[in-house]
Amino acid sequence: MSVVFKTDETFRDDFTFRNSPRAIRRFPLPFVEDKYMYSVNIEPHAPGPKGSITEFQFDVDEHYIGECKDREIVLNEDPLRYQALPHMMSAQWDVLELLMNNMSKDYPEQFSLTKQGNRWTWHNRLLNIRDEFTFGDPSTLPREPLDYITRQAQGDFVVMDQREGDFFIEAGMVTTPADWSLDFDIGMTFKEWHGPVPLAHEMNVFDRALKFLLNLRLNEPVRRLNWTMTINPRLDTSPEFYPRWGKDRATVTADNVADKAHIRVELQGLWRLPRSNAILFGIRCYLLSIREVATVPKWARRSHRALRDLHPALVDYKGLTRYRDFAVAWLSQYDDGLPTTPGNGPD
Amino acid sequence: MSHSNTIQVIVSAIHQVTPLIKHFVLRAADGSPLPAFSGGSHIIVVMRGGNRVYRNPYSLLSSPNELESYEIGVRRGDPSRGGSVFMHDQVHVGMPLEIAHPVNLFQRDKLARKHVLLAGGIGITPFIAMMEDLRSGAALYELHYSVRAPEHAAFKDRLTARHGERVKLYYDSAKQLIDIEGLLARQPLGTHVYVCGPAPMIERVIQSARAAGWAESHIHWEQFNAPPVGVAFDVELAKSGITVTVPPDQSLLEAIEGSGVDAPYLCRGGVCGECKTKVVAVDGTLVHHDHYLSADEKALGAFIMPCVSRATGKKLVLDL
Repeated sequence: MSVVFKTDETFRDDFTFRNSPRAIRRFPLPFVEDKYMYSVNIEPHAPGPKGSITEFQFDVDEHYIGECKDREIVLNEDPLRYQALPHMMSAQWDVLELLMNNMSKDYPEQFSLTKQGNRWTWHNRLLNIRDEFTFGDPSTLPREPLDYITRQAQGDFVVMDQREGDFFIEAGMVTTPADWSLDFDIGMTFKEWHGPVPLAHEMNVFDRALKFLLNLRLNEPVRRLNWTMTINPRLDTSPEFYPRWGKDRATVTADNVADKAHIRVELQGLWRLPRSNAILFGIRCYLLSIREVATVPKWARRSHRALRDLHPALVDYKGLTRYRDFAVAWLSQYDDGLPTTPGNGPD
Repeated sequence: MSHSNTIQVIVSAIHQVTPLIKHFVLRAADGSPLPAFSGGSHIIVVMRGGNRVYRNPYSLLSSPNELESYEIGVRRGDPSRGGSVFMHDQVHVGMPLEIAHPVNLFQRDKLARKHVLLAGGIGITPFIAMMEDLRSGAALYELHYSVRAPEHAAFKDRLTARHGERVKLYYDSAKQLIDIEGLLARQPLGTHVYVCGPAPMIERVIQSARAAGWAESHIHWEQFNAPPVGVAFDVELAKSGITVTVPPDQSLLEAIEGSGVDAPYLCRGGVCGECKTKVVAVDGTLVHHDHYLSADEKALGAFIMPCVSRATGKKLVLDL
């Protein structure tokens, strides 16, 4: 069954975003057990089952057009959501090549790429974009290469340069952040970037993750899942616009929690880039309302237990304090105490 | 862990460029372009010779802008350590080989205003590709290339043709030595120094740079140790329940692989840390040859890098 791309979906104001039954079933529930705690849950970014979000390196789904439109809105208002330091130009071309190669190979009906030497032609049928350019010559594209291609991809992207046995956050497109800012973090090291995360430093999670990533190889990308919750299906929960969305948390009640509260999962991918030796960090975001969670009985049981027993420091860090109890109470009506099957897939 | 990521290549040309160094050109067996890479990268070449498998790291010296082929330079090494001898004596044009995707453990710092490159002998190879990257950038760069005698100056013509005055040659036979201290002393702030060559040269550059007050972040070196020859010893792999003998001319990692245990590795030269393995017990002495563990860690003896390090004595027990 081919994907039906929605054309008029919004992630702000009237919030018309909804998941189709197909999209619900491929949602990557972040709770692989009934209890959640951090782990260095990194695995090879190998192709998953057909139709799953990991079937391809870069997942393009029914929300593609709406997400790209939302990115344009953010960038028009706040251009600093895209930034790249001057020494990152070779990494920009690396990212453009990686995305164009994979998207055109995996979604040939939607995207095509033809190459004649360094003369490339890119055709994006979903956004009706067609450009001919010279690979390696930024003056032949309407925007910088990273800006150009990430406006046509779902999810946020950060490019990290590798120096001094560390990574530095030095380019990115970040319009759908879970309350962090590229403009604030640009130039930071890997550990500085993750400074605010509670508990994980004491668990040496970042020491191990850094050591692992320093030896990340070409052609062997890895991935992990991360999650939080968000009120309304809003993609841009940035510190820059906190006054717009922070107050949403106070609007949640026992009656509206099922539709307002969403589990927000990030499929995080990491790719070594060939020419720059930099690393691309992709943060692909999936949203599922609590009501949609409950359409899968296993997920209702599992999410009820994981949220109920979440470590208090994580409740606070993820910003769930005001409404977690409502969500737990609403989900409890679907938890009959039966055991759940292994893994995070739907039964 | 180790073989999922290999590329099949064919040797398309071999040139004897100095009395000791051969230059190999490799093309993808399926005729497609090879993966892009950055200057300073190396590949692992897998050689299947009789009942032994050699996996040696070689720096890519071809231009990162030309992906029709990869080029490497191989110096004929100690005959008791087979890899380079195999490359010299057994590998012929048309022969298939297996290589791993490029890995860069010696990349240039993209923020540097100036790069000073120091090469000794076969240590020239990573710089040939790195200088192609530098050629198209804005930063200044210069190469100081030291060899025994003019006939040993591999790739000299290619370097001077591409980079002209930026290349300075030094011949031991003519008593020409790089004035390392003087060279480092007159560099502008923001310069990075890179050295690849014999161990004493690397040590001298590092010490001179430190003595002149250079920041550690501006001092770069790469030295792939060929696994040194030692005495035979037994290793017990505790998790696998296997005991194997490591012969004098085989590395610990090679012996582990030969026993069928898939151990992690990346550089196979004691640099990257990927193969770091926990020592459960040792009845004898660990002989560390890597550049990864600190002196304190080596003294403590809790870990070993099986790609280059070994043991003497009766038995080594590893957490593998």
